[in-house]
Amino acid sequence: MPHKQQVSPVAGRRVRVGCCAGLTAGVTLAPSAAECSTSILQPAGPVAATERLVLLDALTIMLVIVVPTIIVALAFAWWFRESNRRARHLPEWAYSGQLELLVWSIPALVVFFLGGVIWLGSHSLDPARPLRAAGPQLEVQVVSLDWKWLFIYPSQGIASVNELVVPAGVPLHFTLTSASVMNAFFVPQLGSMIYVMHGMVTQLNLQADRAGEFYGESAQFSGDGFSDMHFVLRAVPAAAFTRWVEATRGGGPRLDRAAYGALAVQSRNPAPSTWRSIDPDLFQAIVTQQLPPGPGPETGRGSPAVHPRTRE
Amino acid sequence: MLGKLSWAAIPWDQPIPLLAASVVALAMLAVLGWVLARGYLPYLWREWITSVDHKRIGVMYILLALVMLFRGFIDAVMMRSQQVLAFHAPGYLPPEHYDQIFSAHGTIMIFFGAMPFVIGLMNFVVPLQLGVRDVAFPTLNSTSFWLTAAGALLVNVSLVIGEFARTGWLPYPPLSEITYSPGVGVDYYLWALEISGIGTLMTGINFVTTILKTRAHGMNYLRMPMFCWTALSSNLLIVAAFPVLAATLAMLLLDRYLGFHFFSNTGGGNMMMFVNLIWAWGHPEVYILVLPAFGVFSEVISTFSRKPLFGYRSMVAATLFICLVSFMVWLHHFFTMGAGADVNAAFGIATSIIAVGTGVKIYNWVFTMYGGRIRFRTPMLWSIGFIVTFVIGGMTGVLLAVPPADFQLHNSLFLVAHFHNVIIGGVLFGAFAGFIYWFPKAFGFSLDEASGKAAFWFSISGFYVTFVPLYIAGLLGMTRRLQHYDVAEWRPWMLVAAFGVLLTFGALVAQVVQIVVSIRRRAQLRDTTGDPWDGRSLEWATPSPPPAFNFAVLPDVADAEPYWRAKQRAIESQQLAAEPGYQPIEMPRNSPTGFITGFFATITGFALVWHIWWLVIAGLVAAYAVFVWFAWRDVAEYVIPVEEVARIDRARRQARAAWLAAHARESSG
Repeated sequence: MPHKQQVSPVAGRRVRVGCCAGLTAGVTLAPSAAECSTSILQPAGPVAATERLVLLDALTIMLVIVVPTIIVALAFAWWFRESNRRARHLPEWAYSGQLELLVWSIPALVVFFLGGVIWLGSHSLDPARPLRAAGPQLEVQVVSLDWKWLFIYPSQGIASVNELVVPAGVPLHFTLTSASVMNAFFVPQLGSMIYVMHGMVTQLNLQADRAGEFYGESAQFSGDGFSDMHFVLRAVPAAAFTRWVEATRGGGPRLDRAAYGALAVQSRNPAPSTWRSIDPDLFQAIVTQQLPPGPGPETGRGSPAVHPRTRE
Repeated sequence: MLGKLSWAAIPWDQPIPLLAASVVALAMLAVLGWVLARGYLPYLWREWITSVDHKRIGVMYILLALVMLFRGFIDAVMMRSQQVLAFHAPGYLPPEHYDQIFSAHGTIMIFFGAMPFVIGLMNFVVPLQLGVRDVAFPTLNSTSFWLTAAGALLVNVSLVIGEFARTGWLPYPPLSEITYSPGVGVDYYLWALEISGIGTLMTGINFVTTILKTRAHGMNYLRMPMFCWTALSSNLLIVAAFPVLAATLAMLLLDRYLGFHFFSNTGGGNMMMFVNLIWAWGHPEVYILVLPAFGVFSEVISTFSRKPLFGYRSMVAATLFICLVSFMVWLHHFFTMGAGADVNAAFGIATSIIAVGTGVKIYNWVFTMYGGRIRFRTPMLWSIGFIVTFVIGGMTGVLLAVPPADFQLHNSLFLVAHFHNVIIGGVLFGAFAGFIYWFPKAFGFSLDEASGKAAFWFSISGFYVTFVPLYIAGLLGMTRRLQHYDVAEWRPWMLVAAFGVLLTFGALVAQVVQIVVSIRRRAQLRDTTGDPWDGRSLEWATPSPPPAFNFAVLPDVADAEPYWRAKQRAIESQQLAAEPGYQPIEMPRNSPTGFITGFFATITGFALVWHIWWLVIAGLVAAYAVFVWFAWRDVAEYVIPVEEVARIDRARRQARAAWLAAHARESSG
């Protein structure tokens, strides 16, 4: 796909959208190209960092048993080859109570350790669990549309599409839903993904520890425009975030129900855009189905009922 | 008159499917023409198409599987090459086409590649190992096969007439609902799987009955070969899980055809219910596939180590343990759906507990090799390759069972690499090991070793070169099913993976060479004794290929390795057991019921996809008429006269006596 050149609302610089690597970002953001990654092994927030730790812990516990097993399997296969007459020959040996005990207890012991990691990890990293008991956090409402992401800032009264600007170092609380089909909201460097579903709300807590641009994507296939459902999460210092909110309020259209209706129609790869103000009940209206779910395809070969296509 | 069907259903504007379809059509016409010209059609009809012999049906299942594996591999080549080209570019496959390809790849590989392969092996082997003459319901068995073939045909027809599903191999609503997928693709998927799923369910019933009720005299449960145990577990899972699949898909069909609201966005539907139900089938399905493969490895490793299986009872326990626990873990396929921490943790722990059973199996195979005299014949290479590969795949699987890790790896290429790791490294390696191991039994000659070993080395290196990069891409945050992408970090791994596909293509070529060379050299590769590998279970007591009735006299079993004991006795006493008293044998008559049912099922399925209601009714009435006609039959069996039985078995005894004499010369000299 062509990577479109878009105007960044933050600093007025031109920013490549859709891809983290190769960004030429504004002064206030200044992530170096080296820092910029999509890897879950280069976390940029507490959730992703803990998840990496859990991943590596679990991997280590298993490698302790997996590596010797592979070596022993290959060693036995080689040593007991037919041509090796030095090897012991036990043509009837098929049972040993002690070995049986061992082969059941080694994996059981490993699973016992892993079970602990799973239990503790599942609770401490539950996506719905707030990162801090108290203190300021940013509320963001996320709506997946065919095929773009709508981000609503209820406290700020603004919204954006395919571009999520947040303050660095501040806990982020997402409430998420879908306007049509399932998607999964995922920013690899910040941590957990979560499904978004129509008529339902899921919750997710993340935080970016440092300023930077982070690749966001949908991790659940959602149809023909799925590959374009990526976005940029822009973590900026608190002051820059305030400036961005002010700048966004300063211009652009208002996101009311009619505008949302137009946005919900299938489209691929729309340019990131912002909305000056919002209908404050919009998210609730989508979730409670006061607004109808997004329409499907309208054209196609034969007819949509044979081989549907989306309008380009 | 023709419902939604018109000339516009054919993608005249898309050269790729059109070209592929014409090549396939030409190939099919060529094969058909060859069959007609050589006058093979009556033979094929009499001996294969209408056959109810479990061995013939097994062979046809595996033939279907090989053809479908080829089709699925072509899909894989297209996907990998698309992801090479579609970096900052649209590639050569538009989303409408690419989405069909990955959906078809998964559907075909699981339902029409892997499933027929393991069911084919079970068909061929289980009655022989149990020491019986056929499965419990031979005509039902034939019907199962032809319904599976009908499903496969429908999926492939969708390539040119209309479209296939674009929803992934499991059509999650609401994407698969009529609003978002109004085309015929999802309908093809649903009807193809309903039809073939009924076939699979009948296979399950058939084999559970066969194994529980028709073993040779004296073969109690703990004397059954390991492959029969895994086949029993697999078929128990089929009986328990496939009704869930049929019901789930039926609910989606009701949504799409009659405006129900089981899973829809509006009207109180709940897509989460679909996701739960489909995985309540889907996770056991994984074990339906891999348990028979475990059985193959148990047979192969024991035979080629010249030792009994280590810890047989432990293996039985581990198999049944896996069978049971596999029904309690389905939620790990959607930890990211927002269930609470307690639920996620419980299912994560349950999932890792399955690894205990699998771990026990791995150790028992390793200890089976201990103290053995291992021959590195081709099936043994596949088995050792399996142990190494499967341990890695199991490890990444348990990693994905840790919910916090899954929160980042779910739906990524890491996940894709994991399940290919266990399905290729487990199921497919097992299927090929079994294919080569039992090939001489089926056809009377062994497969060429050089090309077979080349196929193994190409397969295993192709596997690692393809899927290690996908593991890495998954860790780099690359999600699955991307038609194009702009992230530079991912690109190199896509290039390496594509090279891996090239190696896998080498494996495919080697497999074809293996079969062609073996057929040409079949005189040298002939198996005259019926026991080419120095085997241990009852199938090796029959001639290769076995006669229709398998055993002239049903064997009497006194321990877990009856054939091995009989062989040792013969070697010690330097003579075969005394000639038994032969009796005439009654065998089931061949029947076209299965083929005709499959034919009408295809017609009905096609008509349902295209809303051609009169044809739906005609197809259903005709299928029912076939059933009534079959139920009305007067003569179900034919008798093989005692002279014929004696002649065949005496030839076998003669070959065995010659082998015994040769063996005696060898050990004394």
